[in-house]
Formats: sequence, C-alpha cells, structure tokens
Amino acid sequence: MSTTTATPLAAGSSGAAQPQSAFVAYLVENVLRRNGILLAFVVVIIALSVWQKKFLSPSNLTNLVLQYSYVLILALGMLMIIVLAQIDLSVGSVVAFTGAVAAVVVVRHGMPWYLGVAAALITGLAVGAWQGFWVAVVGIPGFIVTLGGQLLFRGLAQLTLNYVSLSPFGGKYYGISNGFIKGWFGGTGFDVFTVVIFAVAVVGYAVAQWRSRAARLKYQQEVAPLPLFILQIVIVAVVAMFYAWRISQNRGLPVILIILAVFIMVYGMVMGRTSFGRGVYAIGGNLLAAQLSGVKTRWITFWAFVNMGFLAGVAGVIFSARMNSAQPAAGVGMELDAIAACFIGGASTTGGIGRIGGAMIGGLIMAVISNGMQLAGLSQGIQPVIKGLILTLAVAFDLWNKRRTSVAA
Amino acid sequence: MVEPLVTMRGITKHFPGVLALDDVDFTLAPGEIHALMGENGAGKSTLVKVLTGAEPFETGEIRLAGNPAPVINHSPQEAQERGISTVYQEVNLCPNLSVAENLFAGRQPHHGMFVDRREVNRQAARIMADIGVDVVVERQLGEHSLAVQQMVAIARAISISAKVLILDEPTSSLNEQEVARLFELIRKLRDDGMGVIFITHFLHQVYQVCDKITVLRNGHLVGTYAIEALPRRDLVAAMLGRAFDDMAAIHRRSEDEVDRGGAPVIAARGLGVRGGIRPFDLDVYAGEVVGLAGLLGSGRTEVARAIYGADAADEGTLVVKGAPVKHSPIDSMRAGMAFCPESRKDEGCVQDLSVRENIVLAEQTKRGAFRLMSRAEQDRITREYVDLLAIKTASLDTPVKQLSGGNQQKVIVARWLATHPDFLILDEPTRGIDVGTKAEIQRLCVELAGEGMAILFISSEIDEMLRTCSRLGVMRDLSKVGELVDDEMSSSAIMSKIAGDEAGDD
Repeated sequence: MSTTTATPLAAGSSGAAQPQSAFVAYLVENVLRRNGILLAFVVVIIALSVWQKKFLSPSNLTNLVLQYSYVLILALGMLMIIVLAQIDLSVGSVVAFTGAVAAVVVVRHGMPWYLGVAAALITGLAVGAWQGFWVAVVGIPGFIVTLGGQLLFRGLAQLTLNYVSLSPFGGKYYGISNGFIKGWFGGTGFDVFTVVIFAVAVVGYAVAQWRSRAARLKYQQEVAPLPLFILQIVIVAVVAMFYAWRISQNRGLPVILIILAVFIMVYGMVMGRTSFGRGVYAIGGNLLAAQLSGVKTRWITFWAFVNMGFLAGVAGVIFSARMNSAQPAAGVGMELDAIAACFIGGASTTGGIGRIGGAMIGGLIMAVISNGMQLAGLSQGIQPVIKGLILTLAVAFDLWNKRRTSVAA
Repeated sequence: MVEPLVTMRGITKHFPGVLALDDVDFTLAPGEIHALMGENGAGKSTLVKVLTGAEPFETGEIRLAGNPAPVINHSPQEAQERGISTVYQEVNLCPNLSVAENLFAGRQPHHGMFVDRREVNRQAARIMADIGVDVVVERQLGEHSLAVQQMVAIARAISISAKVLILDEPTSSLNEQEVARLFELIRKLRDDGMGVIFITHFLHQVYQVCDKITVLRNGHLVGTYAIEALPRRDLVAAMLGRAFDDMAAIHRRSEDEVDRGGAPVIAARGLGVRGGIRPFDLDVYAGEVVGLAGLLGSGRTEVARAIYGADAADEGTLVVKGAPVKHSPIDSMRAGMAFCPESRKDEGCVQDLSVRENIVLAEQTKRGAFRLMSRAEQDRITREYVDLLAIKTASLDTPVKQLSGGNQQKVIVARWLATHPDFLILDEPTRGIDVGTKAEIQRLCVELAGEGMAILFISSEIDEMLRTCSRLGVMRDLSKVGELVDDEMSSSAIMSKIAGDEAGDD
C-alpha cells in the first residue's frame, strides 16, 4: 500500500505487471513498519548462533538471563522516565550504592538476607525521592539532577564500602540471582515445569495480542494483515519455546526470570491501564496540555523518579546477588544500557512515545549482543564500539523508517 | 435581565513599560457569542489571560455568576474549576494519546485501580456525538485533521465546565468547510445557554456568528456594541481609530508596468520534488508581485520551498537572474532570495532572542560566521527596519516573545528585508494579524516591487492577493494549474480555477 502511494504515477503499471514482487514488497513494508524491532532481534539471534556455536547452548541461554536481567529491570523504569521526556543518568551509581547498603547489612553485620533486600530497596526509594524532588518540585531538568546523582551516589557507594568490595553474601541472598526451580513436575533430561510455565506464557501472549487486534479492528484502526499477525505470534512462540526447552535441559527455571516476568507484567499494566501511566504519556506528549487537563504533572514526575530509584535498588540487589559481592565500581555504564534499550525499542527522544514491550526487546538485543561478543572473546575495546554503533544505527533506522512511512502516508 | 456570566469592571494591568489594560469593562451574558476585537497589542489576549488567571491584574474586579464575592483566578486550572475553559489557537492536547484519552485526561473513570477504558471510550463517543462530530474516539488524536483536533479541544472544554468558553483564534488553521462546522457547533452551544468569547482576525467571521462585539484599542475599551449596530466599516474604524479609506488606498501595480525585457529574477522550469510538489514552471520578474492562490495544502508553500531550496528538488532547473543556482537555503540567500516562512512560531522568530538579534540573523548568516557585524551596524539596521515597519517594541533588546503576534510577524519580514533581497517570498505574511498591520504589509509589498524587488506572495485570503498581486499562480492538489493576469483576476475566476471547473465556466 504505502510503497505504491509513494510513487502514484507508477503505481498501476508496476502493481499489475509484477504481482509477485508487489506482494513481497507489501510484506516487507508491513514487517518493517510494525515489527522492525522484533525482526532485528530474530536476525541478531540467528547471526549470533551461526557465529558462536555455544550461543544456543543450554548453559549459555541460562546464563544470559542471570547476567542481563538487570538491564531489563532498569529499562522498565527508564522507559517511564524517557516517555516523560526526562532522562536518568544516575542508575548505574544507584545500583552500586544500594548493593553496597545491602552488603553492609548482610555481610558486615550478619543480618538476614531479607533485611539486606529491604535496606537496598528503601535506599533506592530514598534516592529516587531525592532526585524526584529536584526535578518535579524545584524544576531542574532530570539530566542535570541525575548527572549530579551519578557522581553523588558513586561516591556514597565508595564511602559505604570503604573503597573495597564486600563479599560473600551467600545463602538466600545469593539465591535471588542464582537460584532455580526445577523438578516440580518431574521430567527426565529436561524440566517439565519450565516448559509448562513458558507454554502458559506463550498462550497468554497470543490471547492478549489477539484480543488487542480484535479491539483495534472494531475501532476501525489499522492492523497487521492476518498472515503477518500469525507469523509474529509464531515467531515469538518458537523463540520462547525453544528458549524454554534449552534452559529446561540445564538448571531449570531461574528465580530471577519469574521476578522479571512479574515486573514486566506489572509495569505493562501500570503504563497502559492506570491513570498514572496514561498521565506519563500525556505529560510526554504535551506538558502544557497535560497540566491544563488537570494531570498532576509534578506528582507523576516525582513518582516516576522514585520508581526509577526503587528499580535501581532492585537491580542493585540482583546484581550484587549475582556477583555475590558488592563492589564500589559496580554498575558503571548500566544507565546507558537501560537508555539504549528504550531507544532501540522505539522510544521517542522527545517523549510521549515508547512501549514496555519495545524496551524489553531493545534490552534483549543489547543483552544477546554483549553475550555474543563475550563468547567470541572480543577485546574490551571492541565491545563498546560495537554497542555504540548498534545504538546509533538502530535509532537511525527507526527514524528512516518513520520518515519513509510518513511520506508515503 | 438575566445575571451575566462574567462581569469585569475597571481592569487595569501593566506590562514592563506598557499599559496593557486601562480601566476596561467587559460583560458576558449567557447565550451570547461575544467577539473581542482589536489590533495586535490592543489587549484582547491580556484581558482573556486576566480572566483565566494566566496573568495577574492590578486593579478592578471580576464577578462570576454564582459567586457572591468578586473572584480572582490564580491559574487556568482554577478558572476551569469555576467554569471558564479556553481553547487556544494552537491545539493544546496530546497528539500521542487517543481522542477519548484526551477528553478524559486527568479525570478518567476507574474500574478498581485501572482506568476503565471501555467506559472512557463509551463516554467519549457520546460527547463527540452530542456535538455532532463524527470521529473514531479510539484513534490517536495526531491522526486526525487539525479541525477535528480543534473540535476535540472544544469538546473537552465544554465537557469539563459548560458555562464560559473562550475561543482564541480557533479558525486560523481551518479551511472554510471546517470553519462552518465549528460555527454550527458554537451556535448550538450558545442556544444551550453557554457564553462564548470569540477572538479572531477574520472580520467576516465575526458577522457570521457573533451577537455582540467589544472593541479594544491600545489597552482602552472603545465600546461594546450589538452586532447590528456596528457595520464592518465602523468596526474597522473603531479598531484602528481612523477612517477605513486610509487602508484601502493600496494600488497594486499592473502587469504593464513590469519590464519583461531582461531575464526574470526567478525562472523555474519543471521544478518538482518527489512525493511533494509536481513539476511546475514559474517566472517572476523584477518589479512584480506574483501571488500563489489555492486551498490549504494545495502546494503553495511547497512551491516556495522548492524555489528556495528548503525542499531539495528532484527534477527541473532553477535559473536566478540568468544563472543556474545550486540548491540549498544558504546558496539561495547568497543568490539574493529571502524566504519568510508561514508559521512564525516554529520556523520564524527565535523567541528568546532580542528584536535586534532576530532582525540581523539572516544578514549575519549570509555574511558568514567570521565576518561579524559591529554592534553599531546591528543597531543601525535594526533601528531602520523597526521604524520602517513601525514595530512596536519597548527596546531593541526586548525578547521577541514579549511582542504581540503582528509585531513578531513584522520582525520576520524585517529580517529578510535586511538582507536586501532581489526576490522575496512571503508565505502568509498577514495570517493572524490585525487589519491595520495587514494593510501596512500589503502596502510595503507593492512599494518594494515598485523599487524593483520581485515578490512571491502566498495568502489564503483572495481579497488580499487581488489588492497586492499583478499576477496569480493557482495551485490545486500539489500542481500548478494555471495563471491569471491583471484583468482576468477576480474572486470568482480564482475560485473556479481552484475548484477545477474552468471547462464548464460560463
């Protein structure tokens, strides 16, 4: 459709003469426009699995979630901030600081694991409230406040840890990021429970997608053509079930994956269905209009930053548990991974646009590429070069894609 | 007599260096559409801002129906809670949300802790149906036309508080059909007993819908009149404080006066942009004002952008004063072109810079960053054009955002005149400004052409072009469909050309 309207004079002839290529063009057009990010993800996975044989091994796929879940957790909060047309540069430092606080409670004072977790989360909330105050109440741009926060909380992390790392956490705290659920439903050679959980999730995803498609149809909105829609579901299902089957051959269902799934669902609902979440989109779309409409812009901005602090605390716990230690230099550059995940996932730099699902896939792309480069043993210098290029190209592609379709429309 | 909805008495307000409102009275009764008229800087916007709490005032009192004591609104939200809603010229909604969400932003019905989307959509559909606008409320606002967005803004305003509705230039981005729909809606609201304050620069629209007119001039109240008591001519006189004939005295140049001996200043041959303007030919000679007529979106601006190089042409050639030119805005400027764009807010003035900086901007760019202009030279140029165009500003250092719309428009025109162009493109130079300034800009065009400048003049108002231009290019659906010269030019000829029914004309 769009390809033909772009060149109206040639439309009739080329469409009639080459129906086959026109159909392919139509398909490519649709896939690019709707599922560009998903497509990119699949391409990256295929490329990595060809390049590195170990990439699809059960142990590596298990590792992937253990190692990179923090990016996805942070991206959930960052998306909210970015949709508000703000930014948070401090999360890496906050991850270190909250992890440090947990370590002091658990390692240095020998208190139970849940007190360590609580201390880290409360610290995260306090950090968020601090930054939210300056942004929402005083009105300093988030960029500045969190740039200050990056330095401030990095320093506090170092002071808290007295410049050395604290370890080991051990026990249940360690289990947060390294625990598994296995064998509840039995199975030999693979874990039935893991596969069942994933199957339920996939069915849930398919039903939800179908219902939203049906709703859009009812409202006469544009939807993907049915074959394409089915293809999208099938791709997601295949990727997910393949993943489930592989990790079920390893250590089973990571605890962290369950935590992650719960967070994604909760934040998906918060952003999509609560007046808080819709307010976030309204503020990002037109601050003045939101204000005049009685959206509590300050209140929402404040809580978005508090939430970011909270999630940085969660990531701090996850990361320190994974490492089994708190380090003064933990989390350097994590904010950039989270920001990159959002932008790769289609968030707009000017606010108002961005989806949880997109940010999650963006985060996964960052994760699998990092993982692939580590498997290949690429040097420490090359890795950021490639990540940087990917971020730039991904956003450039997104822009090009939008511009092209808007000209056609 | 019914109790008025709004009674403002003795309102006085200063801005730094200016008396914005001087002892102004204003009364709005239920069931009336009340036009607030005046030139730019007369105090219309300020009066409305005082009423809605966007600006404080110094003396006077405001009474609202239902409130025994005088009322002071401290913010637009507060005014909204008291039943006063404003719909601004620029649509003030969130384009990234659905129509329904915009209608209910900040007050969605809930189902437990979640927004009840079904209820939001249902109620929104009912509201839009009530005002007779057929729209799919689940779709994103940004996907709809500006007119529909405007209607949504009004729907939102009246669904919140159905007493006083202020419409600030609501029609300036709408086409005629859309304006008709809007007026239908406003009349319906009036018949339901609402009070409507209507601010516009289109005089004929005032006579289409309004019941009363209040005229302001230089911050003073001139008077409040019933519509029948103030014919158009008297309205203009009241606004300007001088006789109507003054401003009608523009004598456009005739084609005979144009010397076509030499090369045209601009000669476009088959110039076209893929996905944009279709290939067109256009010659503009020195001493000539050529107009471009057509509906909104017919390609008028696109022609200008293609000539200026703001849109890169994919085909055709452009010859300037006999020499082919490379195609980019800076090359065009060096070749003696100047382009005064349509939207002064987005593409025109740099709001935070001073009048001086705005005026010398283009000339400085043309000279290059390393050949700085001395302060004295900047002052001299600025002073010259501030005087020439009678720009009302407290000083040369005043930030442009503090100027009224018409004066901002003049600043942009001044910027381009300062580059001493051979070819000046004016895209809607008079939109949203008052009659007095309009006439000044039109007269200036004719004078400049008389001095040998070539001018391309784009406007939505046919009257204005008939007064100013000696030749008209007519645009339809991104194509140039014809030209009209001198005697062929009349409203009806232009209309039928735009409509495309010249074949079965008479």
